[in-house]
Amino acid sequence: MLKNITLGQYYPVDSLIHRLDPRIKLILTIAFIVAVFMVHTLAGYAVIFAFVFWLSRLAKVPFRMLLRGLKPLRFIVILTFLLNLFFTPGEKVLVEFWIIRITEESLLQAVHYSLRLIFLVLGTSLLTLTTSPVSLSDAIEILLTPLKKIRFPAHELAMMMTIALRFIPTLLEETDKIMKAQMARGADFESGNLFNRARAMVPLLVPLFVSAFRRAGDLAMAMESRCYHGGEGRTRLRVLKIQNNDWAACGIMVLLIGLIVLEGILL
Amino acid sequence: MTETPRISLDGVSYTYEEAPSPALSQATAAIREGEFVAVLGHNGSGKSTLAKLLNALYIPTEGTVLVCGYNTKEEKYTWEIRRRAGMIFQNPDNQIVATVVKEDVAFGLENLGVPTVDMIPRIESALATVRMSKFADTAPHMLSGGQKQRVAIAGILAMEPSVIIADEATAMLDPSGRQEVLDTLLALNKNKNITVVWITHFMEEAAKADRVIVVSDGSIVEDGTPGEVFEKTDRMRELHLDVPHMTALAEELRSEGMPLPGGILTVEDMVREVEKIICPSKSAT
Ligand SMILES: Nc1ncnc2c1ncn2[C@@H]1O[C@H](COP(=O)(O)OP(=O)(O)OP(=O)(O)O)[C@@H](O)[C@H]1O
Ligand SMILES: [Mg+2]
Repeated sequence: MLKNITLGQYYPVDSLIHRLDPRIKLILTIAFIVAVFMVHTLAGYAVIFAFVFWLSRLAKVPFRMLLRGLKPLRFIVILTFLLNLFFTPGEKVLVEFWIIRITEESLLQAVHYSLRLIFLVLGTSLLTLTTSPVSLSDAIEILLTPLKKIRFPAHELAMMMTIALRFIPTLLEETDKIMKAQMARGADFESGNLFNRARAMVPLLVPLFVSAFRRAGDLAMAMESRCYHGGEGRTRLRVLKIQNNDWAACGIMVLLIGLIVLEGILL
Repeated sequence: MTETPRISLDGVSYTYEEAPSPALSQATAAIREGEFVAVLGHNGSGKSTLAKLLNALYIPTEGTVLVCGYNTKEEKYTWEIRRRAGMIFQNPDNQIVATVVKEDVAFGLENLGVPTVDMIPRIESALATVRMSKFADTAPHMLSGGQKQRVAIAGILAMEPSVIIADEATAMLDPSGRQEVLDTLLALNKNKNITVVWITHFMEEAAKADRVIVVSDGSIVEDGTPGEVFEKTDRMRELHLDVPHMTALAEELRSEGMPLPGGILTVEDMVREVEKIICPSKSAT
């Protein structure tokens, strides 16, 4: 049953957006976030929203998949909204009773900040939905390579990500096996209060950790025996190549940022 | 002609840190090009220690190990030695690094700094050799144990090795997986003249080797053809090892008075010898 899990939230279809170079996508996502933070009017957010919606169409990713990315963050969004609403100082009072004081400024600020947060999540979700974790770790490695000069472990970081991805299914399978073995002996993982359930996890986690450490030792030895000696002088099977589509995507992002800057000046 | 052996061990001892006694002591042996050598020994006898010494994963505390003429003590040869003497481990899950089969086969090549254009044909031919071409783009966790071990073999083959060391590579597999992996290595040994060091607990597998080395408590105690070694049934029992079923059966029959010769290892051997006794006329033709 665990064989077919999808890693991360990658949505594997073939689309223009999926085929973009992961490095470009990563950079453009950062540019998009910057653009979102430059927006100052509701009209600007409408443009951003239209843009995200259009991208999800191009990527053949259902828009509700994108919205699903917001779900785990809904409390943070609501909290941001409320904090800004109640604690931003302002002049033009809209509502005032007891200790609560809502002003026009605070309402605007609350809307701004929560919208920014929402678009930030939508933008990064679009990246992770359309880029496989492996390509993403490739992109991160290459983009961080200049930092190797200041001893930043770019290669090691990417290698760690790859190995983690490789072992997620293996460890899930193992968890499944241990869980069934413990259940056969009467363990109960589902009922009881939080404390009891957490305690039931201990006999699951201990063997899992022991085996993970043993696997790590084995893997390190296997990697060494296949001549692994860090990123020095290493070549790669997957080479990334920037294509015309990537340049076009960059151009569109420049347009979007231009539009938002213009909107900031005009309005 | 005196050819240099692929692997030569000369008075090799290895003691783990803080261990009271050596895990391997005074081992001396030479393995020639193209040999298929099975290594037998009970649990904890030092087989894995021996394997890791052949790949410069361990450096002998005493004596010398030469792999294709390179001394494992000299650090500058470490990568050359590991390229030439590839190693397959017991647990198929714990030796696959990448998330896609062909990328795992590429792992060794990437480490050696082989240019990308040269990698692709080497990966394809390695996968074809172990008959795994159609799984090139599959995720490793979707494969069976035997298939994973064949991917591991392909990963080593791509590096064009002279020796493959398999440390109980079939111990975690089902019978058909075991057969797959053993057959793959037997074929490589025969067709590509790759020297194989095959560590195993299965006597039937060892019977297919050219030569059997028995390790006991860190020492090499027997070294010869499977026929020679398994003939000493009592000696093997003393070393806590079995002999192949057919060898044991031949011994039983002999003690019952059947005039069977020595060196019977497989069912085929047995059939042939028994036929000779039962109908001598037929086997003469
Ligand atoms: N990392 C280690 N540190 C200390 N002692 C070790 C280590 N690995 C193995 N040993 C000891 O060295 C001896 C030989 O171990 P080795 O793993 O070579 O045996 P083996 O023949 O491969 O056994 P098995 O059939 O169980 O795989 C054993 O007594 C073992 O306890
Ligand atoms: Mg062992």
